[in-house]
Amino acid sequence: MLTMGVDIGSTASKAVILEDGKRIMARQLVAAGTGTRGPAEVYKKALEEAGVERSQITRVVATGYGRLNFAQADRELSEVSCHGKGMVFLCPQVRTVIDIGGQDAKALLLDDWGYLDHFIMNDKCAAGTGRFLEAMSRVLDVQVEDMGMLSERSQNPVSISSTCAVFAESEVISRLSSGETVEDIVAGIHVSVAKKVSGLAVRVGYRPQVAMSGGVAKNRGIVRAMEQELQCEILVPEDCQMAGAIGAALFACQ
Amino acid sequence: MNEQNMSQAAAPAKPKRPKSKSQLMAGALLDKAYNDTLEAKARGEKIGWATSLFPQEIAETLGLHIVYPENHGAAIAAKKLAAPFLEYAEAHDCNNDLCSYAKIDIAYADLFDCSPASNMARPDFLLIGNNGCNEITKWFEVVGRKLEIPTFMIDFTYNHMPYVTDSRVRYIKAQIEQVIKDLSAFTGTVWDPDKFAEIMGISTENRNLWEQVADYLERQPSPLSGFDLFNYMGPMVFTRGRRETGDVMRQLIAEVEEHIKNGTSTFPAREEFRVFWEGIACWPYLSHNLKTLKKYGINVCATAYARAWSLDYTPGDIESLARAYAFTSSNNILLEESVRRRKEWNTKFHIDGTIYHVNRACKVMVCQQQELMRQVSEACNGLPYMSFDGDQADFRNFSEAQFETRIEAFAELMRKHKEGRIHG
Repeated sequence: MLTMGVDIGSTASKAVILEDGKRIMARQLVAAGTGTRGPAEVYKKALEEAGVERSQITRVVATGYGRLNFAQADRELSEVSCHGKGMVFLCPQVRTVIDIGGQDAKALLLDDWGYLDHFIMNDKCAAGTGRFLEAMSRVLDVQVEDMGMLSERSQNPVSISSTCAVFAESEVISRLSSGETVEDIVAGIHVSVAKKVSGLAVRVGYRPQVAMSGGVAKNRGIVRAMEQELQCEILVPEDCQMAGAIGAALFACQ
Repeated sequence: MNEQNMSQAAAPAKPKRPKSKSQLMAGALLDKAYNDTLEAKARGEKIGWATSLFPQEIAETLGLHIVYPENHGAAIAAKKLAAPFLEYAEAHDCNNDLCSYAKIDIAYADLFDCSPASNMARPDFLLIGNNGCNEITKWFEVVGRKLEIPTFMIDFTYNHMPYVTDSRVRYIKAQIEQVIKDLSAFTGTVWDPDKFAEIMGISTENRNLWEQVADYLERQPSPLSGFDLFNYMGPMVFTRGRRETGDVMRQLIAEVEEHIKNGTSTFPAREEFRVFWEGIACWPYLSHNLKTLKKYGINVCATAYARAWSLDYTPGDIESLARAYAFTSSNNILLEESVRRRKEWNTKFHIDGTIYHVNRACKVMVCQQQELMRQVSEACNGLPYMSFDGDQADFRNFSEAQFETRIEAFAELMRKHKEGRIHG
């Protein structure tokens, strides 16, 4: 049986096709989220990669913020459930998932079978989300995907204390004016995000194994800062950005 | 587009359910209360604004017309008329993060027009009780200074113990007696102890009817939607001391009994989960919240908020009135008592989980909320809970998509907890 999961986020669309809930036949990502060409494009590309027609897919489940507006879906499910399920597929030993997406962050506690035990999501503040990092990268004039590598070169991370994205921009500008290096500022931004998100993990009562999902998990600087805050190792699977889509494809099997 | 989605797209908009007779009666009663106050004002009588948990029995006994800015703010927000008031307040007197009821009311005290919603007459005096909120003392002080009118206040003090001590009762009673004296003198009215006892009797009867309505939610499935209580709170706050409120409650009870007889409910879906709603309603999104909850079969079967106006005292006994008003709102009682009440209600109403409204407007309510979440869940065998960001009246502080995502995941949590699912 072939199933498809489509995770339509605020900044990217992801699609996965699974065979019998076990083997990934296609995984696609388009860097355009809900309300754009992204969902249709990622759906088409996934079918092409697997070399199948829509009629061969038994069920399509959509998740993410754009899930309600995806006409090709048979069913929609919240990304909270899908991320947990997808992460257990990728790392069976995971019990706590920290997901940092474009516009929200969440900490999920899973039971031994990958089902949700509890979850905490960020409040309406942008701090601790991918958008916050994007805003900071613009001020620093660096690519958001380069921030992890830049922070590795930091000698002396500066303290960025503002959690408000607008205030943090001002703070970053003043740090630049006072001669701090971009590397040290980026490292400081990572610590700032990690402090905010680790609060969610503490509140949810995190337990090992901890893993991160979402696009921001690809940023090694954030992961390192999170490990320091939580004082534990954090796994990041190769397909961390696809976890939601994988979970949706798994739910489509049930 | 698949068949399912096509049929969804083609479905005509559902007509709104007609309001029940009791809903119409409740609405008419509130409209009349606002109109009576406007007419009294036009006749030259002195009218007042009061905090929602000020002992209404005093004004009712003196024959004074009173309106409640908190109710008024909620109505303005629910009717989606809050924007100009919030914007005006922030441009003139208020910081953005003040209580949204306060912002609306402080702006209203300049603008005095919120039509098509009911208007409040310009007040001649203010009645303050700090038993439901502390910020309101300052808020009313601002309004009093702005309009150059006197305030009459009862300091109920905070409950740092799980009961009201006798010395506090004496302190509150002395203030009530002073307010009666001062308010009578200011308004030129005469105090009648027999009428006071009669009003307390009517209020008690209405309280008992209100409790009866709330207790119907014990039944599984419930014959009414718990969100309905939010809609009937108006009369309980506004006209609790009037006989007409009893008529509304009796009509509502008759309708609920009819639902029980027919095996139907005002909850518009199959009741799959029964939840406790913690905090004030998110008035600007009441219908959105209900629609989302309905989608997952979640019925709000208990709430502490609606019960705050269920004052239990002995008619004619001013000390018991003082004690009841001092020990009602969650904002004025210690955490241990809040947890004890919720544990009792969670059992009584067969609750599957708690939804916490993290209310930007109400810092007092939210202050101990995270600890409340933890302790209530622990006290109730790991009862699931979730929280969402919102605001009682400021529509800008809520995200529909975030609420929907959380409710969907919460339904899964409750299902798992309820079924005690064994995986493998």
